[in-house]
Amino acid sequence: MRELRLVRNIRLGIKNLVLNGLRSLLTMLGMVFGVGSVIAMLSVGEGASQEALEQIRRLGSENILISSVKPVEEEASPQVRIFMSIYGLTYADEQRIRETFSAVRNTVAVKSVRKEARVGTRAMEIRAMGVTPGWFDLVKRPLLAGRALTPQDEERRAAVVVITETVARRLLPIEHPLGSFIQVSGEIFEVVGIVQSMSTQGAGIQAPDREEDIYLPLGTARERYGDLVMRRSAGSFMREQVELHQVIVQVDDVSRVENTARAIEEMLERFHKKKDYRIDVPLALLRQAEATKRTFNIVLGSIAGISLLVGGIGIMNIMLASVTERTREIGIRRAIGAKRRQIVGQFLIETVVLSTAGGAIGICVGLLIPLLITYFAGLTTIVTAGSLVLSVVISLSVGIVFGLYPAVRAARLDPIEALRHE
Amino acid sequence: MNPGAASIRLEEVWKTYRVGGEDVHALAGVSIAFPQGSFWAIMGPSGSGKSTLLNLLGCLDRPSRGACYIQDQPTAGVDDDALSEIRLRHLGFVFQSFNLIAQLSVRENIELPLFYLGWDAERSRRRAEELAALVGLEQRLGHRPSELSGGQQQRVAIARALANDPRIILADEPTGNLDTATGIQIMELLGDLNRRGKTVIMVTHEPEIAAYARHRLHIRDGRIDRIESADG
Repeated sequence: MRELRLVRNIRLGIKNLVLNGLRSLLTMLGMVFGVGSVIAMLSVGEGASQEALEQIRRLGSENILISSVKPVEEEASPQVRIFMSIYGLTYADEQRIRETFSAVRNTVAVKSVRKEARVGTRAMEIRAMGVTPGWFDLVKRPLLAGRALTPQDEERRAAVVVITETVARRLLPIEHPLGSFIQVSGEIFEVVGIVQSMSTQGAGIQAPDREEDIYLPLGTARERYGDLVMRRSAGSFMREQVELHQVIVQVDDVSRVENTARAIEEMLERFHKKKDYRIDVPLALLRQAEATKRTFNIVLGSIAGISLLVGGIGIMNIMLASVTERTREIGIRRAIGAKRRQIVGQFLIETVVLSTAGGAIGICVGLLIPLLITYFAGLTTIVTAGSLVLSVVISLSVGIVFGLYPAVRAARLDPIEALRHE
Repeated sequence: MNPGAASIRLEEVWKTYRVGGEDVHALAGVSIAFPQGSFWAIMGPSGSGKSTLLNLLGCLDRPSRGACYIQDQPTAGVDDDALSEIRLRHLGFVFQSFNLIAQLSVRENIELPLFYLGWDAERSRRRAEELAALVGLEQRLGHRPSELSGGQQQRVAIARALANDPRIILADEPTGNLDTATGIQIMELLGDLNRRGKTVIMVTHEPEIAAYARHRLHIRDGRIDRIESADG
């Protein structure tokens, strides 16, 4: 019987809203925009942070990335040319890191040199990456064909390379790539494997891998190309000597990542006079990104909260007007025998119907806006189920909170006065 | 119920309002019993207290002093919910200005008391049809009150007052907004209900209308002035 009355009250509420069509619509606008903006804003925020988090995650949360950085040159007079700069991580550094810390499970080292790769007449700029075995596992780059580099390759200083899909397509579009030979700065290498191309722009981190890479054993790279790099800049040659461009340290447990990173930093400080390296901890960045996301959500939430508050006040305003207008109806219902709480129920339900209808339209708007944003601005947007649930909850509670006062006022009317009301 | 029993009984009822620091007695010690099945007209000049009396009889108000019983249930000192319950179970109201809810159809207006009584839709629908037939408006169930004439609206109001099958019908100037011919029809309808056993109490200032009632209660200055009863 109770549900029945509820259903009839809801039907009555809808009827009253339809009867005052334009007014109801205008009243609902506050809710429509409030709820719509909540969903749209959350979807943009979610999309942006999800993208950032995904990039960071791909770098590995149990990894520490140590990269060589050319130190800022001292404020020397511009006449003094530094023709030779030696900086960056050394083979000794890597060994020390691997051997000193118990938490370090594995390290891989990279030496990267810009070279031109050539097959017949086809040529392209590549990065020749001298890597230690285990590299592909550590950067989670899936092998598509052939094999990865092995410790035997490293030992024998084998003239073998693993190339990315992109390189394979550009240099060896016709030939079967595995077993083909490519020429890199005069040296001939056999292609033994192909890995998936992946472009990582890891939230400001120097990403370990790119699309146009070829990988060869570190020992081979060192032997064939040495540590000296000649660079032509502003009309003069610059010589740089860098042993390793990046060392990736894998820690055995996520909880020990940050302490290990600090310890490594202390150690490097002792052995390096200048700050010619940087340490990136994806885990710390991940935490930071998550914290940023939380802040972002709080800010968005506040803005949305204010717009919903405004919407709610609009609804309350109209309901108060409606109570005044319908004073006589309230008197009639009371004379017939309606109890106060039944009057409260009637008006409360009417307000909730109004706010939920507004919320429902708002949800449609909120689903549409992210589509438009993605279509026109190309931003990733993700509408989460949580934001939809939140919208429904908000709509209901706005109705209840802002409907209560007008409803109670309606119920408190003196039936005799109400009946006399013109 | 034995026919002589009182359907409403007032014992030394006072209704006092405070106006500008002074007590104004709208009713000053009224004692009367309205027997079951009787037909009353309450008459008196404006300000005599007849509206106040009707509000007390209708449980829209409580006496300041004294006791009032509706079907032997006290209305003095009970809470708002209990008063609402008495109105819902025992009373039917007919007003001068009909007081139908404009947004609702004739059917929905008649069903209104049944809604608060918690009747299901099917039963309410049948009851509304019965009552509409009783007042001769079975063809108008789907109409809005504004589409009906004054007399028809008052008949809808009577049908609504009968929906909860009350023992008592209270009418406040039921013909006040109607022309004479229509007024007579409404009075005949009320007389008919009285013959079927309803206690009918109406407030009026028109002697021709009051003549339909068996008893005429004259109120003056908050007191019973005199009671006239027609014979037979």
